[in-house]
Amino acid sequence: MAAANDPIHQFTIVPLIGDGALAFTNSSAYMAATVAVSVGFLMFATASRTLVPGRLQSLAEMSYEFVANTIGQTAGKAGMKFFPLVFSLFMFVLVANLIGLIPFSFTVTSHIIVTFALAMLVITTVIVYGFMKHGMHFLKLFVPSGVPGYILPLVVLIEVISFLSRPISLSVRLFANMLAGHITLKVFAGFIVMLSGALGTAGLLVGILPLAMTVAITALEFLVAFLQAYVFTILTCIYLNDAIHPGH
Amino acid sequence: MTQGSEGSPTPNSSRTDGDLAERRERLAQELKRRSDLREAEDAGTRKPRSDASGLARALQLSSEFVAGVIAGGVVGWLFDHFLGTSPWGLIVFLLLGFAAGTLNVMRSAGLKSGPGGTTSEGP
Repeated sequence: MAAANDPIHQFTIVPLIGDGALAFTNSSAYMAATVAVSVGFLMFATASRTLVPGRLQSLAEMSYEFVANTIGQTAGKAGMKFFPLVFSLFMFVLVANLIGLIPFSFTVTSHIIVTFALAMLVITTVIVYGFMKHGMHFLKLFVPSGVPGYILPLVVLIEVISFLSRPISLSVRLFANMLAGHITLKVFAGFIVMLSGALGTAGLLVGILPLAMTVAITALEFLVAFLQAYVFTILTCIYLNDAIHPGH
Repeated sequence: MTQGSEGSPTPNSSRTDGDLAERRERLAQELKRRSDLREAEDAGTRKPRSDASGLARALQLSSEFVAGVIAGGVVGWLFDHFLGTSPWGLIVFLLLGFAAGTLNVMRSAGLKSGPGGTTSEGP
């Protein structure tokens, strides 16, 4: 009962194979499942390439077009060389979020270490590519033009902190949204059980209210799952854009 | 029109080839017209937000400020930790973090230009 009604219980990590730091946990299992589902979906959908796409094929084409348009709009044509990275990130986050919405499943993206690792991947790519492409010129990212000299050190310091805050905001946003959404769902669903347990039949009738709420929140969570994947993608593109054209 | 026409040349292939070339040209013209139209649209509207939904932006703004403060705090803490200047590094960098968070939010809202004086990116 305690475990059933504990809204945090769904996030516990259990080692499945092995033990210690290198154990294959339920989180790893769901990450593997996420990759398998997204790759399997794309392989299956594009297996029979037809001129007039079927349902699955048009879904796969839509996801391609969506990411390609997002890159085109934010980072321009030069950003297309990052398409594989951005598309993989988008599919991983989206599929992980959606798999998390299946009842009794585990949400990979509700752990900050996972989202932070993804964010660090993006920022590392930005920094490495920025220095590779522009060398020291990349540091002009931190020096806004048209700032008087006496205030420049302060502004540069603020810009550097602002840059350092990017992986944090990128990871915290995804993690917090998924965590909060799943806790809310669990709490509202728990109300039904508690009401019926405490009040019997009357409680079951009153329980219709939280049930309706749970259904509504589930719909909202689907929206959030997609939206967060989209936001992650678009911010990745914006940060990559900084690496492609720093301070022009 | 069938798809596998290139594999089996038909008796009236000269006619179909001319037909095909003409069609191809028309298709190319139409594609160019559309891409021009889209570029013009992109240039006209504020670029990144043309189809980003409002909710996405609202969710985005919320974490920007907090992230700035956290980043400032972490930098300040590390500064103190390695240079032994506690608590001044934390105080100064937390304040700078607030400034950076505000900057993040303004940038996200499109009120200020992006880093390095660029103007195109917004959210």
